[in-house]
Amino acid sequence: MMQFGVFTVGDVTPDPTTGRTPTEAERIKAMVTIALKAEEVGLDVFATGEHHNPPFVPSSPTTMLGYIAARTERLILSTATTLITTNDPVKIAEDYAMLQHLADGRVDLVLGRGNTSPVYPWFGRDIRDGIDLAVENYALLHKLWREDVVDWQGRFRTPLQSFTATPRPLDGVPPFVWHGSIRSPQIAEQAAYYGDGFFANNIFWPKEHYIRLINLYRQRFEHYGHGAAHQAYVGLGGQVFMRRNSQDAVREFRPYFDNAPVYGHGPSLEEFTEQTPLTVGSPQEVIDKTLTFRQHFGDYQRQLFLMDHAGLPLKTVLEQLDFLGEIVPVLRAEFAVGRPADVPDAPTHRGLLAAKAEVVR
Amino acid sequence: MTTLAVVSAGLGEPSSSHLLADRLATAVANRIDVDTKVVHLRDLARDVADNLVTGFPGARLRRVVEDVVGADALIAVTPTFNASYSGLFKSFVDVLEPGSLVGKPVLIGATGGTERHSLVLDHALRPLFAYLRAIVLPTGVYAASSDWGAQAGLVERIDRAGAELADLLAGRAPAAPAAPYGDVVPFEQLLNGGRPTP
Repeated sequence: MMQFGVFTVGDVTPDPTTGRTPTEAERIKAMVTIALKAEEVGLDVFATGEHHNPPFVPSSPTTMLGYIAARTERLILSTATTLITTNDPVKIAEDYAMLQHLADGRVDLVLGRGNTSPVYPWFGRDIRDGIDLAVENYALLHKLWREDVVDWQGRFRTPLQSFTATPRPLDGVPPFVWHGSIRSPQIAEQAAYYGDGFFANNIFWPKEHYIRLINLYRQRFEHYGHGAAHQAYVGLGGQVFMRRNSQDAVREFRPYFDNAPVYGHGPSLEEFTEQTPLTVGSPQEVIDKTLTFRQHFGDYQRQLFLMDHAGLPLKTVLEQLDFLGEIVPVLRAEFAVGRPADVPDAPTHRGLLAAKAEVVR
Repeated sequence: MTTLAVVSAGLGEPSSSHLLADRLATAVANRIDVDTKVVHLRDLARDVADNLVTGFPGARLRRVVEDVVGADALIAVTPTFNASYSGLFKSFVDVLEPGSLVGKPVLIGATGGTERHSLVLDHALRPLFAYLRAIVLPTGVYAASSDWGAQAGLVERIDRAGAELADLLAGRAPAAPAAPYGDVVPFEQLLNGGRPTP
């Protein structure tokens, strides 16, 4: 089974059509409302970004996800991304293990480096060490979740002697980890080495780039003996805006596109739609475009959509989630057609627990 | 066959930068067999600006970048704007991936309204390509408006520059094809701080 969901960067951006900027309180509550709505319309995953600089609000992901956990039943709570470079891996191990207990296992993480260079020195780091930090910090995090008593010495943090991260992961099963990268082969290599997932946030760049990166991850996943290349765990991003009529979607979304952080004031909506996963149109057009991802990247496990950035008002975002609720059952059915039986399901706590029991037996 | 990319940032039509670029390319082609690809950045001005904003080249610009990066040598010509290369010229260089021009022979040329700007070659273009670790040929060619009507000088300089590039290319192995992610650093080595494991 594939998982479908939404991911948010948590930007506080003025609505370009009204000039109104939401307050931080409004934006934070809106993110929660979006998560609850995601469960209501039948999505599987809500993932929040982590940022430590305006105009973004989500600096404390586990606080938000813990609150959402208490108000949901099925939704998997994830991140996009958790900063493996500037966070202490000990604190990540503890925070997310705690969240895992509170959420009865409905937790996983996407680890990323963060590409905002001023953030690094605020946490005593240097962006030039980004890859080295990601490699060393994750090596420690991986150990902390799997060994009850850890001795550790590395380049970037004080040594640990006889240290036990608490609480221990729920049922002795660490949260599943995806490694996110938009252009670093070293991170694809890292994900492959551990047999973890690889999340390619492909929404800003053309598919050719990600085909190379994902193929590299798949080949190296096989090289390290975790399974065949087509059995590696791949997650993808997407960005959509829907109305019943394609023209209405384009007309309504264009001012948000034209003024969007990241790609605004550059290529036209039409050019960007042609070159990237962005789809603005009818629900059927979104279905058609999303189904092409499998042709490019192979059968995959998780599809997350960015729905709430660039100043879109909450009301509009919730309408968009209704559309997602409408198309996701179609996507599930279509993606299941011709999917080889040996392609693994998307990882869940229950699945990982069952796999562990299998090994023990 | 040896491939030669010719990039001109001229804006006018006709453009003296295009003309200089063509003459330099011909001076090379008269000496060795080359497959020449000519790029007029004017036609790609919006593509270059979009790439600066989005971080990726559109399909048309990507093909041009692949031609330039994959060529055995580059002829690069810019008009002189405010005592330096033009913004469009620099923006094109800025959208190339780091390391794209390492070891590539580059013949530099510039045009201007007055000969008093001729040091743009050595104060702007040469340091730029030196930073990019390209091999900048000893002779660069600057053409002022007055040079095009002069009895002598420009033709000889073009000829000398073309000969230098042809000589350099004659003894060189062809450019290796770009292979993104072709050489993966094994994870054990990354875990070892990037040093090879024993």
